[in-house]
Amino acid sequence: MTKDEHKEGIGGMANPRRYGIERVAYLLMRLSGLGLLAYFVAHIYETSNILRGQVGWDELLEMTSTTEGHIILSIVIGMCVFHTVNGIRVMLGHGGVGVGKPARPDYPYEPASQNYRHKIGIYSAIVLAAFAMMYGLAVLFGE
Amino acid sequence: MAQVTSIAEEQTSTPLSSSKSITLRISRYNPKHDDSSIFMEFTVPYQKWTTVLEAILDVKKHFDHSVAVRYSCRQATCGSCGMMINGKPRLACFTKISELNSNVITVEPMSNFPIIRDLAVKFERMFDSHHKIKPYLIRDDTELESDAKEFLQSPKEVEQYIQFANCIKCGLCNSACPTMATDSSFVGPQALAQAYRYVADSRDKGKDSRLKMIDEPHGIWRCHFAGSCSQVCPKGVDPAMGIQLLRGYLLGFRS
Ligand code: SF4
Ligand code: FES
Repeated sequence: MTKDEHKEGIGGMANPRRYGIERVAYLLMRLSGLGLLAYFVAHIYETSNILRGQVGWDELLEMTSTTEGHIILSIVIGMCVFHTVNGIRVMLGHGGVGVGKPARPDYPYEPASQNYRHKIGIYSAIVLAAFAMMYGLAVLFGE
Repeated sequence: MAQVTSIAEEQTSTPLSSSKSITLRISRYNPKHDDSSIFMEFTVPYQKWTTVLEAILDVKKHFDHSVAVRYSCRQATCGSCGMMINGKPRLACFTKISELNSNVITVEPMSNFPIIRDLAVKFERMFDSHHKIKPYLIRDDTELESDAKEFLQSPKEVEQYIQFANCIKCGLCNSACPTMATDSSFVGPQALAQAYRYVADSRDKGKDSRLKMIDEPHGIWRCHFAGSCSQVCPKGVDPAMGIQLLRGYLLGFRS
């Protein structure tokens, strides 16, 4: 908590427990975005090993062939799928697609923007990411 | 002590004979001389209809007169009594103890607002942002001139913004927003929803200037559609919807 402004800070921003699945998706989106950025930087660095010729390239492939390497790659696959599917949902929402229409609100004031279409989008992103990860694990460990 | 006894004899909103009671934990903090907040606990009787605000006011009457809390209408209209109730921003006058399903109720000042004392917070930043988006109709003519006609609207045109005109400026949305939690300059869901309220009003001609105002790094682009603002809004404003519709204008999906 930032004392003067009494802001919740990163702890409050990243707390997924208070505001439903939408806030879980918000957190996963941020984490997967950061994860993919880190992977992207590492990927460029690693693949630049090719400049060292065949030896460097083989060393890199060996590294990704370990158990840890497979697990990390599977997590990357999961992050990639979640970020893409949820990203499409969020982008459509940002354009005003599927967020409901303005109308006179009635008690108990269910917010139209938090509708089942977006919830389905979030759950689909999570399920697809899980499937992609499992497929990735099966392929990588089945080699 | 004598004073406390005499206050206790006054009529209370909740009969003291009520068989049910909860523990009310109130955050106490005075930024002028306290290093950190502490919680004070009170056992408060309640009925099915007792609100959290009534429980706090009973504490003020019977136990500790000095608890600082802001309220006025007691009917979810003035927007004064927002606070964190069991970890979520809610209006104390609009939240019944019985609906919280808990024997312990913790009340704290609203997050993302500077604390004045105990449960009272400063609204300056939110009001400044609200003011910045020009919360009034912008046009060259006025219906106040003697020969002018009133600006007519069809029911359909009214529907476009009336939901957003329900905002009571309570600040719960700003308190729940994850961007507000980290960004001191973000304009916030309350002001953005109000920008939409005026942009969508067929009588208003200030769309371009308002869109320009919010099209900046700490403006609308900082909203990531987490939707927490809409989940806590006590008036059905749905700021998240307003913000996304507003962004639709900037992205060219709407004109
Ligand atoms: S939009 Fe809702 S939560 Fe936000 S200030 Fe207005 S009434 Fe309160
Ligand atoms: S006292 Fe007015 S909104 Fe609660």
